[in-house]
Parts: sequence; C-alpha cells; structure tokens
Amino acid sequence: MPALIATIPIPRDLPLPLPVPEWLLVVCLVVFFLVHILFVNLMVGGSVFVVVAEWMGLKNKRWDALAHEIAQTVTVNKSLAVVMGIGPLLCINLLYTIQWYSANALTGHAWLLIIPLVIVAFLLTYLHKYTWDTWAKGRKKTLHQAIGITAMLLFFFIPVIFLANVNLMLFPSEWEKVRGFFSSLCIGNVLPRYLHFMAASIAMTGLFLAGYFGRRNADISHLDDFTCPELRRLFYKVCAYVTLGQFAFGPLVLFTLPSDGITTQVYVIIFSGAAVGLLTLWLLFGELRRDDTRIGSRYWPIAALFSIVVIGIGSGRHVYREAALAGHKAAIKNRTERYAAALADFNKNLAAAPAPAGQSAEQLFMNCAVCHAPNVKLVGPPLTEIAQIYAGNPEGIVTWAKAPGKKRPELPQMPPFNHLGEASLRKIAELMLEKGATSK
Amino acid sequence: MDFPSFYLDHLAGGRLIIGLIASLHVLINHPLAVGAYPLLTWMEWWAHKNNRPDVDHLAYRITFVVFIVTTTVGAMTGVGIWLSTSIFAPFAIGSLLRVFFWGWFLEWLVFISEVALILWWFLSWKKADKPEKKRKHIKIGVALSIMSWLTMAVIVAVLGFMMKPGEWNQTRAFWDAMTNPLYLPQLGFRTFFAVMTGAVFLWFFSFFFTKKKGALNPDPRRLREWIIYRLSHVVLISLLGTYAFGTWYWNAVPETMKANSSVALLTQEFMSWHRQFQTLLGWTLIAFLMVGVGGLDRSSMIPRWALLIPAVLSIWLIGHFERAREFMRKPWVIGEYMYSNGVHKDELAFLQSEGLLKHATYVKHREITESNKVECGQDIFMLACSRCHSTTGLNGVIEKLTAMYGPDKPWDSAGMQLFIKGMHQTRTFMPPFPGTDVEAGALVAYLQQLRTHPQTLPGAQSAGIVIAPEALKPSKIADSQPTL
Ligand code: HEC
Ligand code: HEC
Repeated sequence: MPALIATIPIPRDLPLPLPVPEWLLVVCLVVFFLVHILFVNLMVGGSVFVVVAEWMGLKNKRWDALAHEIAQTVTVNKSLAVVMGIGPLLCINLLYTIQWYSANALTGHAWLLIIPLVIVAFLLTYLHKYTWDTWAKGRKKTLHQAIGITAMLLFFFIPVIFLANVNLMLFPSEWEKVRGFFSSLCIGNVLPRYLHFMAASIAMTGLFLAGYFGRRNADISHLDDFTCPELRRLFYKVCAYVTLGQFAFGPLVLFTLPSDGITTQVYVIIFSGAAVGLLTLWLLFGELRRDDTRIGSRYWPIAALFSIVVIGIGSGRHVYREAALAGHKAAIKNRTERYAAALADFNKNLAAAPAPAGQSAEQLFMNCAVCHAPNVKLVGPPLTEIAQIYAGNPEGIVTWAKAPGKKRPELPQMPPFNHLGEASLRKIAELMLEKGATSK
Repeated sequence: MDFPSFYLDHLAGGRLIIGLIASLHVLINHPLAVGAYPLLTWMEWWAHKNNRPDVDHLAYRITFVVFIVTTTVGAMTGVGIWLSTSIFAPFAIGSLLRVFFWGWFLEWLVFISEVALILWWFLSWKKADKPEKKRKHIKIGVALSIMSWLTMAVIVAVLGFMMKPGEWNQTRAFWDAMTNPLYLPQLGFRTFFAVMTGAVFLWFFSFFFTKKKGALNPDPRRLREWIIYRLSHVVLISLLGTYAFGTWYWNAVPETMKANSSVALLTQEFMSWHRQFQTLLGWTLIAFLMVGVGGLDRSSMIPRWALLIPAVLSIWLIGHFERAREFMRKPWVIGEYMYSNGVHKDELAFLQSEGLLKHATYVKHREITESNKVECGQDIFMLACSRCHSTTGLNGVIEKLTAMYGPDKPWDSAGMQLFIKGMHQTRTFMPPFPGTDVEAGALVAYLQQLRTHPQTLPGAQSAGIVIAPEALKPSKIADSQPTL
C-alpha cells in the first residue's frame, strides 16, 4: 500500500539510546503523570468551586467565606501542578520523542501560548485571593468576581492545549491534515476526553475538600455557620454525583477512541478500573447516609480506592497509547536502523578510501574565490587589485587574511581565516598573486 | 531535522523567543530567588534576635512580592525555556535529554524542593508566633536559600557540560563540567551578582513599604534607615565578589577558547563581545558602588529612581553575559556532535554525497527537476538554514546576501553556490552545507526567487506538513510497510 506510506510520516529517531531502561521510564511516566494531573485537577476544580461559592456568597455571606478559604488551596495546588509536571514531561519526551515533539510543532502557536496564559492565570488567582477583603463591596466586588471567572476560564482553556497534544501524538496518520492548533482538535476524541477530565477535576476537588475540611486539626472558626460534618457532606456529595456522571463520560471516551489501539488488554484494565470505581461509589453513597458524628470515617479507604481507579485509567491509557503507536514505533525503528546501516557503510568506505593528500593550493583557494574573482569586484576586491597591493609580499596577504581590517568603506568587512593555518594561507597567497598577475 | 519545522519567519525563526524567555528567567531568578532569599532570611533572623517586629514585617512584605513573582513568571519562564526549545529545536533538546538525563533529573528534584519550601516559608510566616516556631521558620528560610542556590549551581553545570564535546559518560562529563575553568568563576560571578542585585531589589521595595506608619511599623523613617544602611553594606561587599569573579571569568575565557577548537574559530566575534563585557562590568559596578556608598550615609538618602540605573545596567550586563553561551556554542548545539540545524557531525559527508532531501521526511520532493527547483530550495532552506535565519526578517538571509553582493546588481548564482558550499569556512559560526551540489543550486534558485518575490515562509504550525514518499530501493519496500 504505497499510498499509506505516503501519508504516514516515518521519520528517523535520534540515534541515541534511552538513558534508563524503558520500563522504568514507563513506570515513572504513569506515576509522575498521575501526581501531576491530581494537582491540575485540584487547581482547575478549585477555581470552579471558588467562582460558584463566591457567587452564592452574594446572597449569603457564609458562602463567600468558604470561597475565600478554597481560594487559599488553589494558589498552592497550582504551584505544585507546575513543578510536578516537569517529571512526566521529561519521561514523555524520552519515550515518545518523535510523536510528542511533532505534535508540539504542529500546534506550535498554541503550545507557545501556554507560557503567557499560565502566567496570566496564576497572577489573576493571586490577585483574586489577595484582594478578597479589600474589594468586597459594590462595583469592586463585581470586578473581583470577574477576575475569578477570568482565571477559571483560562484554567479551562489551558488543558485543551495539552490534551490536543497528548491526543495528536497518537495519530501520526492524521498529521498531514493538521493546519494549526484548532484543526488538531478535530482529530481523535479531544472533546470527550476533555469532558472526562473536567468531571474528574470537580470530583477530585470535592474529595480533596471533604478531606481538607474534615481533617482533625481543621480550624474553620472563621467560617461561621458551617460545621465540619456539614462541609464534609457537601463535598462528598459533589464528588459522589460527579463520579456517577463519569460512568457516562468514561464510556463516551472509550467508544469514541479511534480503534487503532483498542485491544482486549485495554478493555480488561479499563473495566477492572470501572468495577473498582463502582465499589468506590457505593462506599461514597454509604458515607452520605451516615450521621454527622460518623461521616468521614471511611475517608481513607475511599481515597485509596480512588487511587486504584486512577492508576487503572492511567495504565489503560498507556496500554492504548502503546498499542496505537506500536506500528509507528516499529516503522520508525526500522527506518532509523536502515539509515544507520547505510551511514555506517558510507563512513566505512570513506575511512577505507585513501586519505586525500592535503588540499592543493587550487582547492584551498576556493575559500577565497567566493568573494574574490580575477577581474571583477565580487564581494571583495578583484585579484588584480590585490596583486598590485601585495606584489612580492605574500606574507602581507597571510597577515591580512588572519585578521582582516576594514579598509574600503563601500564593502563589508572580510571574515578572518585564521583557522586555515599559516601554511595553507601561504599557499593561497602565492597562488593569489600568481592569478592576479596573469589575469591582467 | 526530522521533525515538522516550527518556524516564525519574522523572528529569526523563533530563536529570539527562546532568548527572551531565558533572559527573563535569569533576570527573575538571580536577584529575586538566589539573591533575595538569604537576605530576607537574614532580616527575619535579625528581627527575631533583636525583637524588632517592624523589621520582620518588612521582610514579610518583600517576601510577598518575591513569592508572587517567582511562583508565576519565574517558574513559568523556567518551564518556558523547555517548551519553546521543544518546538524550535526538538532534535537538540531531545538529544540533550537523552545524554544528560541525570543532570536534568537532579535539577527537577532540587526545583521541587525549592518550590515546596517557598510555599511553606511564605504561607507559614504569620503562623510562627512563638519563639520556638519562629526558630523553625527561620530554618525553612535557610533551607530555601540553599536550595535556590543549588538550582543555579546545577543548571550552570548542566549548561556547561552541554558544551563539552563528545563526553558521553554522564558522571564524568558532569564532573568535567564542574572542573571546567569557567565553572567556578561563572558560579561565583552569578552568586555575588545575584546578592548584589537582590539587595538593590530589596532596597527599592522597602521604599514602598516604609511610607506609612502602621501598627507593625511605628517609626517608618528609622526602619528605612535601618535597612538601607545594611543593604548598602551588602551591595558593597557583594560588589567586591562580583568584581573579583567577573575578572577571573574574563581572564579565563581566552584560555578556554584556545582549549576548545570549535570555539577558537570564532575569535573575532567573540573577542569583541569579550571586550564589551569588561566595559559593561566596569560601568555596572561603578553604578552599584555609587549607590552603595551613598546608602552608607544615613542622612542623605538615595532617591528611588537612582536605584533604577544600576538595575538597568545589570539587566544589560547579564543579558550580555548570557549571550556568551550562544556565541561559544556555534555552529554546534552539542559540541562536536550536532550542528545547530540538527545535522550530526558523522552524517555530514553522507548527506553531502547522498543529498539532504533523499533522507528527510517533511519535504515536498526528493528529486530535483528544473520545474520544482524553487520548491526544493525552500525545503532545503527550512532544513539547513531556518534554525538561524529568517527569510526577509531578523537575521534574514536576503539581508545578509544583499550586504555581500550589493542591492542594485544581479547576484551571480554560481558565486552564491560557491559561497554556500564553503560557508563554514567563510563564516565559521555557520555549519557546513549538508547537501549535494544540485541541492545547493536549488537553494540558490529559491534565494534568487525570494529576492525578487519576497514572501514569508510559514512553519508547520500554520501550513502543516507535506510528506514525500520515502525514496526506497524496491527490495526494501516490503519490510518498511507500517503495520498500522
Ligand atoms: C565573504 C567574502 C570574502 C572571502 C571569502 C574572502 N574575502 Fe578577502 N576581502 C573581502 C572583502 C569584502 C575585502 C575588502 C575589505 C576592506 O577593504 O575593508 C577583502 C579584501 C581582501 C584583501 C585586500 C586587503 C587589502 O589590503 O586591501 C586580500 C589580500 C584578501 N581579501 C585576501 C583574501 C584571502 C586570502 C581569502 C581566502 C582565504 C579571502 N580574502 C576571502 C571579502 C572576502
Ligand atoms: C548556526 C546558525 C546558522 C546556520 C545554520 C546558517 N547560518 Fe548563515 N549566518 C549565521 C550567522 C550568525 C551569520 C552572521 C550574521 C551577522 O554577522 O550579521 C550568518 C551569515 C550568513 C550570510 C552572510 C555572510 C557574510 O559573509 O556576511 C549568508 C549569505 C548566510 N548566512 C547564508 C546562510 C545559508 C544559505 C544557510 C543555510 C544553508 C545558513 N546561512 C545557515 C548563522 C547561521
């Protein structure tokens, strides 16, 4: 199928081995990535809770205080999201060098935009947090809310860029169709994945806040009218219902995935994850039915089960990625090896060929011929002119060529040729004078 | 390079963006992190020892600014260097990550602890209300100061050993980089420079925070005098260090250049840079000296705007300093291994004999004909020149050629072709042309066309990619079928 070859780019890989065993990188990728995404979830989800609670606070002040409290967590989580993102980036760069960088380049404008967008989003979250008490009324409050909403919208958008890349790298056969970031969104199943991610952000933040406000030394004295069990129940509820929704989004992601990488193994992993998810959900709803004195006693088992679900999803993703790219990786390996073999052959013959006996004066002169022609002014003065200036003085040419000065105002400066060496320059100089003298 | 070519034509390809991001990062990291953390920690300690809540509160307020800037612009420009290099020179960053993996990994671990510590230090400041808690809090500041300095020490080493030619043994290359004659003077220079500029930064901000009386600031004038008097000492002492290490660095450079063959080639360009560095260093230090001496005298206080002079000069100085790395590296991205356009040293002769187009992936044609010559030339430009040149914009190839061949007469194609074949000899910071004579001819055809019909060259991020079928020998087709 030559037509197929034409549309799937099979580039050469970098001819360097991986610095650590591949399996180790895979483990690191999956684990580091989940840690990173957890903080991203808490950052994105947190910003949503802040906006919603602040808005509810317009009617009832107690929500405003709660929003302020949650805003304190967002600024911490966002910093951790950034630093913890470096590890997985390192791993994915190494494991999927070709696919990852190609996706980055194809969505290049958006990829670069990540930097200013994240900076602005972060600055806005700080502004939002630190103006809370001073911009508390009237117009200022409206402005304050607008800042929170802007930051949230930025947090909504930035993950799309990363998702577009993570998605695009899986489908090399589609790369030729891509014309910039927005067109890359039509490939694969970016939208379902995005919904899945957003829902996870809300659910995870709910779970996190249920723990945060329920922790033993939680001091919520400044949140009048709230009790710890009440907050815990509230955030548990959010977590539970959104997780229930994931049982719709999850299959949506799975069934809209291009079939390239779907294997039985993927199904087994994902469905086992889903089964644990069901168990978690059952525990969660169980918690909600407990009374205030006992709500939260199953927090850690629930968190542990969630981790298992998330690891399941993460591994499922990886297995899908590997399966989807298996053909591409094999073809790249093959092409890289063929190229390396041809290169080694060539270099072997080159080394075996008799070493060229030092360059002749004529060959060396080519370095100068670029700019110096016999009779006409090319870039530098013609040889005839040089021969006049330096008649009988080849040493003068050598000195000049090693460190040219600036003589003729209408011409650019000549570059230095010190690197050719004294002996070669001497040969050149003599030839130059000879040529200059004969071409009159 | 065998990646889709991201390219911003008007900005010298995009190199400028990496440069801007990297400079901004250094400008924040040096004074605000490396320089300011130890000074702020010291203020906190002093306030605790002498029971001066006003000093403590001032340190807290300045830390607030540092905290905001370093955790937003500071952190993201650091990541940004990487993100922008990934699209502009993926072959380089990809290779560097494979070769110097442990260096980067170590840098990451140090960075994690730095971020965790700054969060912890700043956010727990006001909660440390008892003496024993305060003592612990001061220790966090000490740890943070150490970590931020380590981040710099590691990255300077990583950058240093990237330039070491052909040292593939990681640990050896790493230690070699640290014993490089430029490492210690450079690290010392950066450290004292950071403290010096950090002190001026603190000074500048204390103007804003010592204006009004407050519960925690009963005597603003006394507080301001307190801090300026001490900061001017810090400026003067670190100035001596900056001078000493700067001079050491300046003297060590020529020696290193001689030792490193790829560097020795660009003497002329580099030496002029080198002389400028000395002059700039001199002026910058004089500016800091005046400020420092002025601050010693409590009665005549330096006005706020006067602090901007050394600040601007130091921005200039450090920008100049950072460019040294660029200079020293050309035409390599990885010394004696890979050229700036992604061509490996050992594949150069092969490509010159077989052709660049034949082995590239993202090109329109593999065989050059009279009719597709210009299109081929464009692809060749993208592969061989675009990492350093724009077409008609900054460092534009047409502008360079005009300077060489003149604006008003036709350019001689044969002469241009000759120039391209020998461009690494004429301009030693350029890599050799990695293609055949026919390909050089196609490139010239494209350049001639570009001269008469100037047109920006779009990168893969907007125009997408085109993939010509791989030129295979028939027998090889069977085993190259992708099994997708
Ligand atoms: C990139 C173009 C270029 C190349 C390549 C080049 N030159 Fe020149 N050369 C010039 C220019 C331009 C001048 C005029 C400089 C001036 O007058 O300021 C010049 C001037 C000279 C002069 C006259 C100096 C004088 O005293 O007036 C000599 C001799 C010379 N070149 C020798 C060489 C030699 C030898 C080589 C090869 C090793 C060489 N050039 C390669 C551009 C070049
Ligand atoms: C490593 C980066 C790099 C690469 C790759 C590169 N150049 Fe250059 N080139 C430079 C620099 C730097 C200059 C000097 C700019 C200056 O001094 O203003 C330069 C100068 C030039 C000049 C002017 C030479 C003179 O004597 O004034 C031409 C023409 C040129 N380049 C063409 C090319 C072409 C064609 C290619 C691709 C085959 C190419 N360059 C590849 C970095 C590069």
